[in-house]
Amino acid sequence: MAIRTSAPTQLGNAVQERAISRQDTLAHWGIQFVKYLVLIFLSVSFILPFFWMVTSAVKNDAQVFTIPPVWIPIPAHWENYWNAWNTYNFNGYLFNTVFLYAIPLTIGVTIASAFVAYGFARVRWPGRDLFFFACVATMMIPYQVTMVPLFITFKNLGWINSYLPLVIPGFFGSPYFIFMLRQFYMTLPQELSDAARIDGASELGIFGRIILPLVKPALIVVALFTFMNAWNEYLQPLIYINQEALYPVSLGINNLRQTMAQIGSQKLAYPYLMSVSTLVTLPIVIAFFFTQRTFIEGISLTGLKG
Amino acid sequence: MAALTQKRRGFTSAQWRDLRTGLFFISPWLLGFFFWTFYPLFSSLYYSFHRYDLLRPAVWVGLKNYVEIFTNDPTFWQVAYNTIYFVGFGIPLGVIGAFLMATLLNTEIKGRSVFRTIFFFPAIVPAIVTAMVWQYLLNVQYGAINAFLQGAGLPVIPFIANPGLAKPSLILIHMWAQGNAMVIFLATLQDVPRSLYEAATVDGANAWHKFRNITIPMCTPVILFNLVIGFIYGFQNFTLPWLLTGGGPNNATEFYSLFLYRNAFIFFRMGKASALAWILFIVIVLFTILLFRSSRRWVYYGGE
Repeated sequence: MAIRTSAPTQLGNAVQERAISRQDTLAHWGIQFVKYLVLIFLSVSFILPFFWMVTSAVKNDAQVFTIPPVWIPIPAHWENYWNAWNTYNFNGYLFNTVFLYAIPLTIGVTIASAFVAYGFARVRWPGRDLFFFACVATMMIPYQVTMVPLFITFKNLGWINSYLPLVIPGFFGSPYFIFMLRQFYMTLPQELSDAARIDGASELGIFGRIILPLVKPALIVVALFTFMNAWNEYLQPLIYINQEALYPVSLGINNLRQTMAQIGSQKLAYPYLMSVSTLVTLPIVIAFFFTQRTFIEGISLTGLKG
Repeated sequence: MAALTQKRRGFTSAQWRDLRTGLFFISPWLLGFFFWTFYPLFSSLYYSFHRYDLLRPAVWVGLKNYVEIFTNDPTFWQVAYNTIYFVGFGIPLGVIGAFLMATLLNTEIKGRSVFRTIFFFPAIVPAIVTAMVWQYLLNVQYGAINAFLQGAGLPVIPFIANPGLAKPSLILIHMWAQGNAMVIFLATLQDVPRSLYEAATVDGANAWHKFRNITIPMCTPVILFNLVIGFIYGFQNFTLPWLLTGGGPNNATEFYSLFLYRNAFIFFRMGKASALAWILFIVIVLFTILLFRSSRRWVYYGGE
């Protein structure tokens, strides 16, 4: 496909380039200017809502109701962060989210997906591609289709108002991450497994001792994504958790909003909402900044090599 | 003799062993598939032909749920319209926006990774936080956006408070959080061989020609991927509208999954909700098939 540029053409090109270089530079700077203008406009539109969130969190009611709104409240009421979190049961919500939901789910999804993906990537067996296709195809099934029967099943099992309906299915692997890990496994040379097989290693041994340590970065991506999904999830806890004491943070924030129904109905409604929103976003920001490269690689990988 | 047996069975003993090993490894998923997908999938088909409120036993009603949905429920058509509006405009616009942002980031600019981080960021923020922030931002009286508009001498826009503007507002917020698609596009753009552009430059192609004839065709597989993923999730869009507008005003943002959730867990019409779910499922499958069919005309799979 690639057309090789021969030396004479390049030379001719260079001459031509010099001739129009002045006009070119001008156009070049014009384009660069417009580009940065667009980049900055977009950046501002992405950042401003969060800036608004963080600064609104430290307002008092008088500052909230000032028209036009103040962007940087002076004095800043930093105590709102502490008060909002502790006046309401956010320590409890945090505990529920992390220890009852995110951590068990992350452990289950990561181990099970790593295990299953191995069967789809590193072992050749008849029917594998068909099963793999079925696995990927299930991603197309909307959650809403299985939502009602699953609710009925879990209700009969007495699992309502527990995190079991949200966590247990994770221990069977998640098609999305199975797919993603399979892509990672496929990049490892087959010789690794073959050599180990000749040495008499069992398949389980190859999986645990050779392959798994090599895909550690991918496992971290899976764990990170799963944890974040649990942290952000709203619909499933909404269906299964209806005791306030068991709420995860996402439901907790909405609970706070409902308590404070409308602006003005309660003191500091909006600052408190913005405070807890900021605090709940913070771990995500930190996790993202520390793992940015892995994170973005993980996303592009699932998207790319279908 | 041994060869004959093998032929009849179709598998050699090594293949049998591999099959066992393979099935052993995928067994968690296989079990999960039966418990959490296969069984509920057909169970919901079963319930869709029943009246069931969780308290009394399910009663067979035949096609009554479906008939009621299509002929005797005006909300359904409003909901279908809302959903098609959101999916039809929001998803392509989101993909186009993500693609343009990635293209911009892929040009010669300083601080690319900083801009990429900023552009990506809204995508990882919890939906509940996005909803809270935008609700405040778009507030007619105290919100920052309307204050800005007023400051510039423009009229106040009642974004999510107005039935006509609520859907476009949600599409705007959807476009704002396109980080995932953008990152995927950016990775694709960086994989387009330089030699293609160099060759085109030699042939005298300008930037637009190169974008039109190299960049876009090379990205079509990923455009398709992002469209498919976007449509599948677009049809199931729940959290943001549920929290931001609650389906209002005047049912203007009552999307399919909100309506379904309401029927199932607020009205406890499990049968009708199951019927709705199956209609959604069939629509998504048909839509995806159509998209893949059409892709033969516009998706370019490598020059090899």
